[in-house]
Amino acid sequence: MPRIRFRLNGVETDIDADPDSSLLAILRGPLRMTGPHFGCGANECGACNVIVGDHAVAACDTPLWSVADKDVTTIEGLGSAQNPHPLQRAFIAEQALQCGYCVSGILMSAAALLMRNPTPSSADVKGALDRNLCRCGSHNRMVRAVLRAAEEMAAR
Amino acid sequence: MTEIASSPAPLKLPVSLAANPRLSSWIRFSPEGQVMVSPGKVEIGQGIVTALAQIAADELDVDIGRVQMVRASTPASPNEGVTSGSLSVQQSGRAIRHASAEIRQIFLSAASDRLGVGIDSLDISDGTISGPGNVRTSYWELAGEVALDRDATPGAVPKTSAQRKLAGNSIQRLDIPDKVFAHPRFIHDSALPGMLHGRVLRSELSAAKLVLLPEDGARAIAGLVAIVRDGNFAGVVSETEDSAEAALKALRKGAAWSAGEMLPDEFQLAGWLKAQPAEPTVIDKKTAPQSRKKSRTIRRQYTRPYLAHGSIAPSCAMAQWTGDRVHVWTHSQGVYFLRADLALVLKMPIENITVEHMEGAGCYGHNAADDVALDAVLLAKAAGGRPVRVLWSREDEMSHAPFGAAMAIEIEADLDEQGEILDWRHSIWSNGHTARPGRAAQPALLAATELANPFPRYISTNPLQAHGGGADRNSIPLYDFPSWQIECHRLLTMPIRTSALRTLGAQGNVFAIESFLDELAAERGEDPVDFRLRHLWDARAKDVIRSVAKRANWKPDRQTGRGYGLGFARYKGTGAYCAVVAEVEGAEDISVKRLTISVDVGEAINPDGVANQIEGGAIQATSWVLKERVRFDNQRITSNSWTSYPILRFSAVPEVQVELILRPDSEPLGAGEAAHGPVTAAIANAVFDALGVRVRDLPITRDSLIAAMELTS
Repeated sequence: MPRIRFRLNGVETDIDADPDSSLLAILRGPLRMTGPHFGCGANECGACNVIVGDHAVAACDTPLWSVADKDVTTIEGLGSAQNPHPLQRAFIAEQALQCGYCVSGILMSAAALLMRNPTPSSADVKGALDRNLCRCGSHNRMVRAVLRAAEEMAAR
Repeated sequence: MTEIASSPAPLKLPVSLAANPRLSSWIRFSPEGQVMVSPGKVEIGQGIVTALAQIAADELDVDIGRVQMVRASTPASPNEGVTSGSLSVQQSGRAIRHASAEIRQIFLSAASDRLGVGIDSLDISDGTISGPGNVRTSYWELAGEVALDRDATPGAVPKTSAQRKLAGNSIQRLDIPDKVFAHPRFIHDSALPGMLHGRVLRSELSAAKLVLLPEDGARAIAGLVAIVRDGNFAGVVSETEDSAEAALKALRKGAAWSAGEMLPDEFQLAGWLKAQPAEPTVIDKKTAPQSRKKSRTIRRQYTRPYLAHGSIAPSCAMAQWTGDRVHVWTHSQGVYFLRADLALVLKMPIENITVEHMEGAGCYGHNAADDVALDAVLLAKAAGGRPVRVLWSREDEMSHAPFGAAMAIEIEADLDEQGEILDWRHSIWSNGHTARPGRAAQPALLAATELANPFPRYISTNPLQAHGGGADRNSIPLYDFPSWQIECHRLLTMPIRTSALRTLGAQGNVFAIESFLDELAAERGEDPVDFRLRHLWDARAKDVIRSVAKRANWKPDRQTGRGYGLGFARYKGTGAYCAVVAEVEGAEDISVKRLTISVDVGEAINPDGVANQIEGGAIQATSWVLKERVRFDNQRITSNSWTSYPILRFSAVPEVQVELILRPDSEPLGAGEAAHGPVTAAIANAVFDALGVRVRDLPITRDSLIAAMELTS
């Protein structure tokens, strides 16, 4: 099988796999990254969202070949407990989740938004998250958290 | 002096503690300075472990950072049944509070002996027990010599609300950091050494028989370990998830199924529900001498469709066999109940089965969590002792998991000449609202009905009204009508599988009662708030209604295409009080702009946690009301994706304002299900206010509005 190279959370990665495999299967399988979650397998819920370049995409619906030579960022690359991304800090501060299964995908959609638009309105945030489903009803807290993170980033 | 007993000692133990009196089964101390708290209730995204940690830390006087919450498992945890019904704070919370208070007293007594000072002069601070003259010891130091292998006694006196430092405060949830930093907590992200992956083959046809299953295609898939077949149950086990998916796909391609069982006509649900064989029960009856003369009778019918739990994660479980013993990892809401059903299916002694909880996504009731656990156990039999993780597909999650039951509700009121209510009759037709495992002599798990020697399909039942009721939950009015009769008709057929969905029947009943009251108030030309207050005797009920009316500036002037509606209920008649004012906008498509909510849960252990539950419940209920309805044709569930079963998205989510009425000295009541009924009714009433159209059939969509307009005109 051909080797496919891409940068995963800033680290040069090359993998020997079927190029038609979904990025999600590769991330969760051989690369053992469990942050992106399987929710539907059909690009309908956003639980598996990752950032490719500067756009959030559903990893379940992204073939491996399409990320060749690109930058892929997963929740694992967003920040850590020791060095959190402002979004992660804000989601804790706003207690912006209940079960949290959707949250890694939502954080990635939000991070992609803030890369393109550092000063979003509430409507911008809702628009950017509209393809992400949350079943617990934590939407308003999540929108507040994204706005809070944007303010914090702008104040730096 | 730290013990101030101003509240009277309870005469009997809290219910969960009475059932599991051994103190050490709830709380243990490690010599390293930690407190292990072991509830029988499980985290399902509702924040319960944090609330319980607060209670324990408060009562024991330790820093919450020392508290380790132990996941429920059958060998090690108190048996608290199932985590459901908004009862976790009431049951587990009270048990832990009481046990902690007694344990604190036991340690004070041991410290008094060791230090040679009186109990009354000892103080506890972060687990260190100190007294006059700088004498000190600690829970950790005494842990080895204080035996907690003894039963709780009813005499222990927990702290008063004024003495609590943590309970009553919005402590940040303990599990949230892991979830935003993607540290694996979910069963879906957990791997055991040597783990294999399983997938189950199910037909989209309802209860179809597997006629033909060629295996050649699947056998050719690299990594395949086993194909499992037992009657109509079939699945694959593979080295990797990819391989399991590929093998399943190959298996599905060749499989031939019989026709499915007939499903009802989804467009004639109310008629179908009323025509089925049913078990009638009189739920409640109130009689009064009739002094006023009946002038007329009004009758209305309200319906709600089948609703899907729609967890964002498909259900998942792991199982591993060692000889004749099996270990199961599950996100089930009840590890003991699941074990009981597994024992029935496997015909094994329960001692040979260990069931251990791991977190899953929010489930909102009895979804496929238990079903997939049996699937994993059956597939793992072919794994040669290796563990197997099984994940359902999105399609199966949306079509084979149990649904919240469809309901038809008729209310009839006799009115006097002034339109005052003389008699009230409420009748429900619905499948039972629970088919949870572990309750009956037959299993309720899906695969049990698929085996070569199948168990019959378990027909859903209803919990007794004394336990909150099922289809009849919240059907007994809190209003003081002179007389009433409440009846429930539980279907004895179940072509569409139903079980517990958040609130059971309460959402439907509150929708019906509160809509009907609105109609009667409108007939009289009376304000809906005044009308309700006039019929309520319960001061706490009146408080939430007055409070929400005030905050929503009830009632704002009517504008074209904008309306306001009120909904109220006390969950189960014994739980949290919740009143809601909904503001809606629209003509053809309704959008809910704002929900103003007042809620009284008694003592709120974690006020922000309560607000989070109420907000979430309100948004979920808005989704049910505006979007949701399980779709089916005559042989299959057709709403098996997020496209065919849409839910509310960010852009359509209303603003939600929650006010808690704080009552730190009242019993704590659960918050998870308080909002759904009142929100549903408030939206329907607001739609009437905006458009003059009364929608009595949920969901409120463009189609149902048009249908309701046609009835009105």
